[in-house]
Amino acid sequence: MSAHPRTLAAEIHDATGVNAATCYQCGKCSAGCPMASESDLRPHNVMRLVIQDRRDKALADQSIWLCLTCETCSARCPNACDPARVIDALREMSLDAGVADLPRTIGAFHKAFLEQIRSNGRLHEMGMVMEYKLRSGELMKDVTNAPGMLSRGKLSLRADRIDGVDEIKRIFEKCGVTP
Amino acid sequence: MTGAQAPVRYAYYPGCSLHGTSREFDESLRAVATTLGVGLTEIPDWSCCGASSGHTTDHMLGVALPARNLAIAEEQGFDQVLAPCAACYNRLSAARLAVETEEGFAERVPEIIGRPFANSVEVHNAVELLRDAAPAIEEKVAAALAPNPLDGVKLAAYYGCLLVRPFEVCGYDDPEQPTSMDEVIAACGAEPVDWSMKVECCGGSFSVSRTASVVRLGRSIIEDARAHGAEAIVVACPLCHSNLDLRQKAMVQRGAKPMPVLFVTQLVGLALGLTPLELGMPRHFVNTEPFLADLVQRAKERVAAEQKVKEEAAAKAAARREKVGAAAPSAAAAPSGAGPSTAGAPEDGEAQ
Repeated sequence: MSAHPRTLAAEIHDATGVNAATCYQCGKCSAGCPMASESDLRPHNVMRLVIQDRRDKALADQSIWLCLTCETCSARCPNACDPARVIDALREMSLDAGVADLPRTIGAFHKAFLEQIRSNGRLHEMGMVMEYKLRSGELMKDVTNAPGMLSRGKLSLRADRIDGVDEIKRIFEKCGVTP
Repeated sequence: MTGAQAPVRYAYYPGCSLHGTSREFDESLRAVATTLGVGLTEIPDWSCCGASSGHTTDHMLGVALPARNLAIAEEQGFDQVLAPCAACYNRLSAARLAVETEEGFAERVPEIIGRPFANSVEVHNAVELLRDAAPAIEEKVAAALAPNPLDGVKLAAYYGCLLVRPFEVCGYDDPEQPTSMDEVIAACGAEPVDWSMKVECCGGSFSVSRTASVVRLGRSIIEDARAHGAEAIVVACPLCHSNLDLRQKAMVQRGAKPMPVLFVTQLVGLALGLTPLELGMPRHFVNTEPFLADLVQRAKERVAAEQKVKEEAAAKAAARREKVGAAAPSAAAAPSGAGPSTAGAPEDGEAQ
């Protein structure tokens, strides 16, 4: 506890402007959550952990990484608590604290995606999928879809690199993100 | 209604999907924009908006990446950007909101992107554009010589998440009961169905990394559309499209009728008389040919049925006239019944 002079709720408030204490646990967010059936913690549970200052559980649980950022919870919250924004902030804090328990495939996807953008300025799907396979170990994933995607002109072999790719690298640097 | 207005010009932000896996969205949008007289100028050297991966990893990255594109559009002298991809639209709009409302962002963002940025351009999506163009679409459909293949076709408007949520970011339509795409469907002469999954999530960016979730979510969307009588689903998001189209085989029961998934721009293109090839239909995984052939067949049948009704009415009228003519003394004066007016004329003359 002493490592954190401020409560999790206070830090979340600083990062997002959301006062977690305004959540009265009605559960409407979780009722609409498309991933509720696959997550241990549903949106209202996450809000509760923030209020209770249970930092370890809130940051290290896999559930925050199963959020699709579909924003249904925030759209339906009757008290404007914005669980989606809170979960977004928790993910960032969880990465910074080095305790993120993100499923290997999901982490691999985000990393592969961002690496494509950092090095080309745009997403090169083929390159992204290759990198995803290497990072996730899912080598055979969707292999059978590739010929169909190619014949429909949906995949290009060459990356579409923008002129201002150095600008993009600088943006990543200044935001402190290295995929 | 729309005729006298100055032509609309947008800075066009296609985004990565429209240059890659969703080329047909780009192709059909450009074709429809040309037909409707909307000018699109691609933002030079645009870069990726960062999508979900950007803001999930770092809040500022999720704002700075889209902001660079808005800054270029601004520099080019535009005051509105068109971002047809729902994810791009959402991120560009979210960046705009963040710079406007979050403390210090108005100063920090230009510094991070290394460009001047006054946050002065509005961001619009393709559904918004088409909804505003609905009167023009209706006019063109009504004026067309060929029968409209979409007349009375039942379609499910699927908005998904990023087009309507969060309301503070999007705000162009209701987040729970949106109607903009339904209005576009109606303007095309088709019939939007009332269904339950309009704004449910398709699983979005988990398409690759957690496919099982996407299959579970997509199945309930397709089955609900089917249960409410939809013959096809209309979307405005490349992620929704590829999840429902590319992965549909895994979602529906074997032997079930495939559910075509069309981009809203393709639908409008069909109503405006553009060809399926011009609209990129052959790029879909769910073959749209049987559906389109069926529409054409039904349009033909409809025309034939209307024709038949007309002919029957004409025949009845002719028969009635003949009866009256037979009662009159010199019906033989008009041997071949040329038309109702000429057939009636000698009769009148006879009567005088």
